[in-house]
Amino acid sequence: MRPIRLALRMLGREWRSGELGVLLLALTLAVATLTGVGFLVGRIRTAVAMQATQVLAADLRVGSPRPISNADFARARLDGLRSARTADMLSVVFDGQRSQLADIYAVTAGYPLRGGVLVADQPFARGEPAGGIPPRGVVWLDSRLLAALGGHVGSRVSVGAATLRVGRVLISRPDQGGTFTGLVPSLLMNAADLPRTRLIEPGSRVHYSALFAGQHAPIKAFKTWLEAHLSPGEHLRDIAEASPQIESAVERDGRFLTLSSLIAVLLCAAAVAMSARRYVARHLDLVALLKTLGASRNLTLRLTALQLLAVAMLATLAGATIGYLAQAWLARALRGVLAEGTLPAAGLTPVGIGALTAVALLAGFALPPLWQLSRTPAVRVLRRDIGPPPPAVLLAFGPAVAVIGALIYWVVLDWKLFVEFTAGLAVFVGLLTAAGAMLAAAATRLRGRVGVAWRYGMANLGRRRTESVAQIVAFGVGTMALLLLGLIRNELDSGWRRTLPTDLPNYFFINIPPRGRGAVLDFLHSHGARTARMLPMMRGRLTEINGRPVGSVHFQERQGRHFAMREQNLTWTADLGADNRIVAGRWWTRAQFGEPLVSVATEFEHWLGLRLGDELTFDIAGNTLSVRVASVRKVEWDSFKPNFLIEFPPGLLEKETGTYLTSAYLTPADARSLAAFARRFPGVSIFDIEDLLSDVRSMLDKAILAVQSVFLFTLLAGLTVLLAAVQSSRDERRYESAMLRTLGASRATVMKGVLAEFAALGALAGVLAVAGASAGAWFLTTHVLHLRYAFDPWACVMGFAGAVVLVATSGWLATRTVVKQPPIGTLRAGT
Amino acid sequence: MPTAAAHGREDRTGAGREDASGDVAPHAGAQASGGVCSVLTAERLSKQVGSPEGPLTIVHDVSLDIASGESVALVGASGAGKSTLLALLAGLDLPTAGRVLLEGQDLTALDEDGRARLRAQRVGFVFQSFHLIPALTALENVMLPLELAGHAGAREPALETLRRVGLADRTGHYPRQLSGGEQQRVALARAFVTKPAVLFADEPTGNLDAATGARIGQLLFEMNAGSRTTLVLVTHDQDLAERCRRVVHMEAGRLL
Ligand SMILES: Nc1ncnc2c1ncn2[C@@H]1O[C@H](COP(=O)(O)OP(=O)(O)OP(=O)(O)O)[C@@H](O)[C@H]1O
Ligand SMILES: [Mg+2]
Repeated sequence: MRPIRLALRMLGREWRSGELGVLLLALTLAVATLTGVGFLVGRIRTAVAMQATQVLAADLRVGSPRPISNADFARARLDGLRSARTADMLSVVFDGQRSQLADIYAVTAGYPLRGGVLVADQPFARGEPAGGIPPRGVVWLDSRLLAALGGHVGSRVSVGAATLRVGRVLISRPDQGGTFTGLVPSLLMNAADLPRTRLIEPGSRVHYSALFAGQHAPIKAFKTWLEAHLSPGEHLRDIAEASPQIESAVERDGRFLTLSSLIAVLLCAAAVAMSARRYVARHLDLVALLKTLGASRNLTLRLTALQLLAVAMLATLAGATIGYLAQAWLARALRGVLAEGTLPAAGLTPVGIGALTAVALLAGFALPPLWQLSRTPAVRVLRRDIGPPPPAVLLAFGPAVAVIGALIYWVVLDWKLFVEFTAGLAVFVGLLTAAGAMLAAAATRLRGRVGVAWRYGMANLGRRRTESVAQIVAFGVGTMALLLLGLIRNELDSGWRRTLPTDLPNYFFINIPPRGRGAVLDFLHSHGARTARMLPMMRGRLTEINGRPVGSVHFQERQGRHFAMREQNLTWTADLGADNRIVAGRWWTRAQFGEPLVSVATEFEHWLGLRLGDELTFDIAGNTLSVRVASVRKVEWDSFKPNFLIEFPPGLLEKETGTYLTSAYLTPADARSLAAFARRFPGVSIFDIEDLLSDVRSMLDKAILAVQSVFLFTLLAGLTVLLAAVQSSRDERRYESAMLRTLGASRATVMKGVLAEFAALGALAGVLAVAGASAGAWFLTTHVLHLRYAFDPWACVMGFAGAVVLVATSGWLATRTVVKQPPIGTLRAGT
Repeated sequence: MPTAAAHGREDRTGAGREDASGDVAPHAGAQASGGVCSVLTAERLSKQVGSPEGPLTIVHDVSLDIASGESVALVGASGAGKSTLLALLAGLDLPTAGRVLLEGQDLTALDEDGRARLRAQRVGFVFQSFHLIPALTALENVMLPLELAGHAGAREPALETLRRVGLADRTGHYPRQLSGGEQQRVALARAFVTKPAVLFADEPTGNLDAATGARIGQLLFEMNAGSRTTLVLVTHDQDLAERCRRVVHMEAGRLL
């Protein structure tokens, strides 16, 4: 129809004359940032999750004391999922005269569905991928089992009634367990050999598992189906509860990425707002003229809206392409960091999200100004100083606030965080506005006392009051977001490096007899190991909560039942570990030793729905012990030191026969002494978590990579805001500089004035941005990411200096070309 | 050019009526009676604006009657209120008191869009600073009012009008590629292309040198004669004012 044809024709012309360039640039960068972040975050998240699933050796894992129904496997096949079975049981393995209790782990072809089995030809040697499961008649013994039996590759061992050949040494398998349930050495065998061993008989304790893996969507659907069809005694696990270490890292990573994309969204919004302002300023004359020539208000509105819509479409297309290419390039450039080599393919959702966001941003930030623009009275053709009447505040800011609110909520999906975030943002914008208004007022008063260049700059600040306030808000928000992200990224980085130093314990020693404690420590220390604290450990069951039998308690959390019913690992200790933090109640004092108290980890408290003061009754080796919950601890599981969900004070359990455990760091060279250790302390279980550790490390590397690249995108978005802010006053500057130079001012004088103006803007925005970013970083690191926050004055100074330099430079760059043009061209075009 | 004039007149009454269906009815009765009746009437117009020193009356109780086909020059010192009065007469702005009748239609009774529709069909403008749309070529600038008024074939009449102002070979040029005089000729073509009942011009030669200004003035009156349009002209140019049938003097917001 008419407006469309007219709009498109004018769009073509305006495009060629460079009218819409900046808006297009701002929107394109906005979309590119969002889709780029979306693509990359999506892919890295999937990669991290994939690596995390290795701990289960599958995406989903069902455990049961009985063989798992064939119906589950049939259904999985139907859904296009891969599957495998495992069965494990304790049995004594013989090699001639020697024997050792071992965990017999029988698997079917396809195991493991996620991750890989590592094998070697020597105990405690560096492993290589096995590329399959043991063939029939062959078993793979782990280093400790082989060392204890004194065997070697090629020797024969008896497992139950069968005699099997030792094919390789099992160095690690993905599901050996981050939660340390399997404490005895293990043996991997082909499930087809199980009947020959005759280990499975009525009454024997066997634990069966079904492993499933596949694409995300069918797995999700299958999980829902499984949950509805689980038989009693069956327990379903997925990554969420596979390993507390990995889960906490993934969660933290996810939160940071979420925050980063949110900040990118905010920056884009600011850029769009500034560009829209400029668009309106440049089209006041056009609208007045069109109205004079007989266009209705509606037509002018449609005309401009159509133009912006066309720009949005173009920006979405270009931005999505740039975003896709950028993340593809980034993913390739950093492939070495990504252990898996290939990332999962990028989905198309980010394009949709990018387009949707572009339209939403335009609707919230550009439509109200356009509405305003359409109110420009026709008389403007005769009197240029007449603009549209002032807008109703609700109309001008309502849609923007609504869109930003909706976007923030959509990203954080958490009311509390949403309220905190928006409140912080509102306070900050309010402060910036007030500061901008004050600066403009002060500049008006100052202009009489400074030189000509500064007077021009100050006069500009004072005269263009709204413009100055808008610019300060844009500069301030932009710099604040960049600084904030920089600060948090540092915190996050160093937080991770703090928790994952290279000398993190990589071996756990379990089942240490009380009397052998000293000898074990002496041995380890004399072989170069650094040990963590040694804690006693015993097994027990929770029987009652507040006097009610556990079996009859209803738990809100899905995992509650499982964690309440299973056999618990218990310890007692006088001291709170350095990697533990009390979040409720108090840690016991010396005077309270021997009192019936217990301290539980936050996970346990959450799953079982416990409160301080609840009474828990345990059955420990036939003795009943009732204790009161005295404190709740937040445990940093990723410290890889001995930690327990349930801890008692000293003086309660000493009479029970328990064993001790500790963890230690051994270099690969020192680790060779473990063969001798295993011979000397045959009862002590050695648990090698080097493999798990390198998994976690490689995941954190990915997380840091994601963080860096998101930061890069956000940096670009921030620079766009600065550009848009500078551009918004460019036309007026062009005219003024031409005037000033016509009146005899040198180019340098004009330039100095511009610099003065932007330096003042940058300084004020910088101070506020540094303050805002520090407050924001403190809040986010402590309350959202749960890391310790260290105030960094140097970063603040650098941030402030950076803000001033950045704003002044961008102002100078944008104005330089304006000043370079001969005044006559500008003055003629200005008429 | 009797043919052009006859053609123009025929076209105006015919097309004007057709367009009007559903839109604002141009006062058909006034036109049908033809001849001497007034096309533009101002009744006791006043315009008051707010200023830092309190309310300021910039147009004071102005009454004016302009006959169809007449040419009127509005002259007076700078700041006398000429542009303001022109804006009121053209319905670009609303008076604080009084009313304006354009072809019998009360402009003050119409809303903004209603006045815009009326302007699209019955009114043309020429400004001191040309006001061409920089993004559109000369031809497109001239086509614009026809398109806004909803005419189907805007191209032919636009080309024809550009030819009449002597710019047949500059149709594809952008305003910034044209000299001031040429730009004003494009503006003239744009004003006349809809064959308006009234043409308002605010210092059309004010931005031009004397010779160019004289040529534009010449062209303005030629086109006016050819289209039998009513002309309301604000000018400081003595020669231009003298060519009008009537000269109205203005001082401090009042007609003398
Ligand atoms: N919206 C307004 N607000 C305040 N003052 C106004 C407004 N519009 C016009 N004026 C004042 O009214 C007076 C008349 O203005 P107007 O533009 O009509 O003068 P003019 O006769 O066209 O002058 P010139 O020949 O210089 O163009 C001027 O003093 C002007 O400053
Ligand atoms: Mg004037």
